Amino acid sequence: MDPRVLDKMMPYMVGNVTIGSYGNPHSRTHSYGWEAETAVEAARSQVASLIGASPKEIVFTSGATESNNLSIKGAAHFYGSSSAPVPSSASGGGGGGTGKARRHLITTQTEHKCVLDSCRSLEQEGYDVTYLPVQASTGMVDVEELGSVMRDDTLLVSVMAVNNEIGTRQPIEEIGKLCRSRKVLFHTDAAQMLGKLPIDVNAMNIDLMSLSSHKIYGPKGIGALFVRRRPRVRLEPLFSGGGQERGLRSGTLPHALCVGFGAACELARREMGYDEEWVRHLSDRLCAGIEERIPMVIRNGHTEHRYPGCVNYSFAYVEGESLLMALKNVAVSSGSACTSASLEPSYVLRALGVDDELAHGSLRFGIGRFTSEEEVEFLLDLLEEHVSRLREMSPLWEMVQEGIDLKSIQWSQDAHHH
Amino acid sequence: MLAATSLRRATRVVLSRSPAAGANGAAQQHVHRRGYHENIIEHYENPRNVGSLDKNDDDVGTGLVGAPACGDVMKLQIKVDENGNIQESKFKTFGCGSAIASSSVATEWVKGKHVDDVLAIKNTDIAAHLKLPPVKLHCSMLAEDAIRAAVNDWKAKKEAKKAAA
Repeated sequence: MDPRVLDKMMPYMVGNVTIGSYGNPHSRTHSYGWEAETAVEAARSQVASLIGASPKEIVFTSGATESNNLSIKGAAHFYGSSSAPVPSSASGGGGGGTGKARRHLITTQTEHKCVLDSCRSLEQEGYDVTYLPVQASTGMVDVEELGSVMRDDTLLVSVMAVNNEIGTRQPIEEIGKLCRSRKVLFHTDAAQMLGKLPIDVNAMNIDLMSLSSHKIYGPKGIGALFVRRRPRVRLEPLFSGGGQERGLRSGTLPHALCVGFGAACELARREMGYDEEWVRHLSDRLCAGIEERIPMVIRNGHTEHRYPGCVNYSFAYVEGESLLMALKNVAVSSGSACTSASLEPSYVLRALGVDDELAHGSLRFGIGRFTSEEEVEFLLDLLEEHVSRLREMSPLWEMVQEGIDLKSIQWSQDAHHH
Repeated sequence: MLAATSLRRATRVVLSRSPAAGANGAAQQHVHRRGYHENIIEHYENPRNVGSLDKNDDDVGTGLVGAPACGDVMKLQIKVDENGNIQESKFKTFGCGSAIASSSVATEWVKGKHVDDVLAIKNTDIAAHLKLPPVKLHCSMLAEDAIRAAVNDWKAKKEAKKAAA
């Protein structure tokens, strides 16, 4: 977390600066509540202005995971059962729908787990979901292909803005335009894009957008969902309760966290240009260093349409986890904890068509506001030393040096491994 | 597919120094090492008997087990004297730290033993020695397989030589 964010939050956590700063923001009957409410509304404006939205279109949630669930399940439950037409400004903010229930959603194979799992849970309820493949090696969505899988009863398209594993930036402007013209809702998980690349929800025709605070140096446990008002996008809430956040998200808001998220957005809005330049500089240095100093590496993801702070390389003939163990002096973070805690191979790299053995030798590097040049150099030294050391220890590397084609070998598939 | 494939983990390095964590390497090491037993780390950092023996030598048995697609390949070799005693053992492993440590232990344990005795080395012994976590038990199984495969290769060579003579 950015220490400047924490500074803004402290008064609302300890209550020793302003009177009543620990009040409930939803209580209108005492001044304690008013103060908290004012702070929450100021934060809401800060979030909105970073994405070109109105504050009334911002719903605070616990984070991008909740926002993704609320968008996908909420839209599906509303439009899938009520036969209400999906709104579309193309038809003047009104109908345009056929009036029949829409039961089809489209997403991609490289989405975050919470999007994929939300879709799977809808499939259990009888909805149809198309999991669109992405282009090999770049991980980009083919917009024409997306258009071709849309149906009369498609209600929502969900495509993440920037992929969290490979950094590929999807053509969300084109996807937004396509969805608007076909009167389909467009949801994007922008957790990895917020505050790092410019976002304008109107120019990009975004209807629903998930945002996360901790990815932009704000506190964990808070995020938001942008819900378009004109034309109005309707959702069925996930939670029953007091009807806070315009009825979409019941539950008392953690106002100190809202303040922190708002402050982080404000900082990101002011420093985005500077951050982007710094991250790009370090990223270029890291990539150049890896490619110059280590033979047989493959970069995963798109080389241009990307957020440079997310870099993914496959180190051929070295297993990723053993390499990670060697990088112990670099801050190793669970980053997107939901992915690194799971013991599965990267489904994102598989969707890119990366060979299994290369996928096993892949690492992703996150570069951010607080990364230093020294850290990049230090990492490069460690990588060079340990990739070489592990290759000397690798039977695959030895075979390749001897000119043996690994694909020609009949690998033992022992009974233990079935 | 193979169960071992599902035991791999997505790995991520975040190059950032959070203001709260500071730049102190020791603190970060501690955080990172949580989850790996010191025995595994010791063998991973100082693996014994890394290398190769001449696989065409009649006295050398080679075991190659696992598959790149599963993220684990182990090559374990033994050099056996005329009495059937293992004089030397070398390994090369593509795999996680636990796989490297398991192979390292296996080469240490087979050295000096008779080829018939090393077949008694069980994956559970290796797992217990290294304190492998449940998700890494397949590494010790692979090491046991590698020992067997190396002994079988040496025996097959000996049989072939006898038949030829």
